[in-house]
Amino acid sequence: MTRFILKRLASLVLLLAAVSFITFTLFQLGPSDPAAASCGQECTPERVAEARVALGMDKPFLVQYLQYLSGFFSARTIGAPGAESICVWPCLGKSFQTNENVTDIIARSLPYTLSIASGALVLWTVVGVGLGLVAAIKKGRLADKAIVAGASVGVSLPIPVTGLFLLIVFVNQFHLLPFTSNAVVVPWGPAGPGSWIVNYLLPWVALAVLFSASYIRVTRTSMIETFSEDFMRTARAKGLAPRTVVFRHGVRAGITPVVTMLGMDIGLLLGGAVLTEQIFSVPGLGFTAVRAAVAGDLPVTMAITMLAAFFVITANVVVDIAYAAIDPRVRLS
Amino acid sequence: MTHASMETSSRPARGAAPFLDVRGLTVQFPTDDGVASAVNGVDFSIERGSILGIVGESGSGKSVTSQALMGLLKGTSAKVGGQALFDGVDLVALSEAEMRRLRGQRIGMIFQDPLSALHPLYTVGRQIAEAYTVHHRATRAQARKAAVDMLGRVGIPNPEQRFDEYPHQFSGGMRQRAMIAMALICEPELLIADEPTTALDVTVQAQILDLMLELQAETQSALILITHDLGVVAEVCENVLVMYGGQCVEAGPVDEIFYRTQHPYTLGLLSSMPTLGGRQERLTPIPGQPPSLLDLPSGCLFSDRCPAASLVPDRRCRTERPLLVTEGGHSRRCHLPIDQLATLPASR
Repeated sequence: MTRFILKRLASLVLLLAAVSFITFTLFQLGPSDPAAASCGQECTPERVAEARVALGMDKPFLVQYLQYLSGFFSARTIGAPGAESICVWPCLGKSFQTNENVTDIIARSLPYTLSIASGALVLWTVVGVGLGLVAAIKKGRLADKAIVAGASVGVSLPIPVTGLFLLIVFVNQFHLLPFTSNAVVVPWGPAGPGSWIVNYLLPWVALAVLFSASYIRVTRTSMIETFSEDFMRTARAKGLAPRTVVFRHGVRAGITPVVTMLGMDIGLLLGGAVLTEQIFSVPGLGFTAVRAAVAGDLPVTMAITMLAAFFVITANVVVDIAYAAIDPRVRLS
Repeated sequence: MTHASMETSSRPARGAAPFLDVRGLTVQFPTDDGVASAVNGVDFSIERGSILGIVGESGSGKSVTSQALMGLLKGTSAKVGGQALFDGVDLVALSEAEMRRLRGQRIGMIFQDPLSALHPLYTVGRQIAEAYTVHHRATRAQARKAAVDMLGRVGIPNPEQRFDEYPHQFSGGMRQRAMIAMALICEPELLIADEPTTALDVTVQAQILDLMLELQAETQSALILITHDLGVVAEVCENVLVMYGGQCVEAGPVDEIFYRTQHPYTLGLLSSMPTLGGRQERLTPIPGQPPSLLDLPSGCLFSDRCPAASLVPDRRCRTERPLLVTEGGHSRRCHLPIDQLATLPASR
């Protein structure tokens, strides 16, 4: 088991190196010129050249990349000779736009994304798995048909539609909920967990409507398959109560695909819920990444891309470990 | 008389109700294409301490019959009719909650494929202990002890250690032993074994069968052995029920069925079975397919494949379903007079 985890961690590092190199290369090949963008309206070729030196873009590509990587191991200096500034470890560069340390930008945006992701995933897991299970138990009956129909609607509603609809109904029309405030970041902040929940409830619901739908379908399919397994008949033949048969024997065996999906989705979502953050004006990672990409802000884009890759790959490893925890056949072979 | 009364010498006082008495059992499944009649009136009875074999091809309704007796069809779309008096209680009429108290406790079941019948994610010991705790007030340690004892009784070496292993760590034979331990831990009075040796290696089959017989003799339970293996039936059963199309076509003591066969279908089954050390003759398969359960013929269910159908005058086999007639403890469902059976090509 330990060897398995170590192997996965090693591949994680290699994958991150590859992702960083590809992102870096793509940025070099791209049409945007951060130097030109940073010198503003009245730009002369001389000032562009100066800006290029200041941003470190005058050096060869590979040198730039290696300099960037060195920031993972120690502090480094950034800027034109004579006007250098220190970028403290761990250094992900400085924003081309604001000259702020990218690490600080990430540290500021990440809690917003975590707030959105954590609540949304609890909501959609409970709703999705719960309704999927009910649908499987009531297969073919009215409850099942209603849930499956609801899931088809949910999966076809894009976030902007659900998000705007929720905003119009709950905020504009009936004033039941406030518009998302950027002052509330964490549940243990001065406003308390209650206002944290109220603040992020609408983004959570918007995401949950979309995600629950696929969780309902996966849970339903997997549970229906599990219910027809021979060991379910054995459980009944022992004289177990229906509740025990469904939960101890059925859910335990049928939940594996949900765990896989959950791992992947958590990984994706931690990289930033781009649309949700846009609609609700939450300055999380997705929101920040879009703005940085549009402005040609390489260090910020790089950092968020790598962070997203890190989350997805880590989630993969966690799913594999969870598999081993769930299934002795994986653990013992 | 329309049902088989399979009296054995072990039967107690005349007139006393049999331990399990099944009368006119029917099972129908609604499907998208219509109603599938899987069991169409099965009658049999069995006493404590005796063994009844139910034989037939796949789709003959033998497994469905056992599931109906276990009440496993309750809560599904299947319609179960008729009567099954178990120690005076009608299993068909019981509610799911009442049936649950009998399942595992007084009626145990052994399934065909132990690998798929055991839960892959729980240890073998835990699954056996669970069968015990459902029906007994027991602490974890007591249940564990009961399960370890039972594992020992079914011949699993190092039961204490193997308690904590998973089904995939057991061999096929060991898994079926564990299944038997699970079915017997509450010492049920009726044990239904649905093809208990079919999924096993031939060398292991005999061991498992011996073990079942040994434990059955020890506990004096009634055993219903469902199989398509006539050799097994001949070896262990006292009485046999031959099923076809969800009906009993022939029933009686095992020697009667094997040596004084009275039904063309049973004759066909016997001649399609290889005999060890017998004359080198070709096996004779029964031509054709079993009838569709969605659209059963109005006459005899076997008439489409029966070599005797043309011998009976007035197309009776095609138009009139024969009744089960019992004579001297031997029941048969056939229009052809017994003395004409010898003229059939398949008879021996």
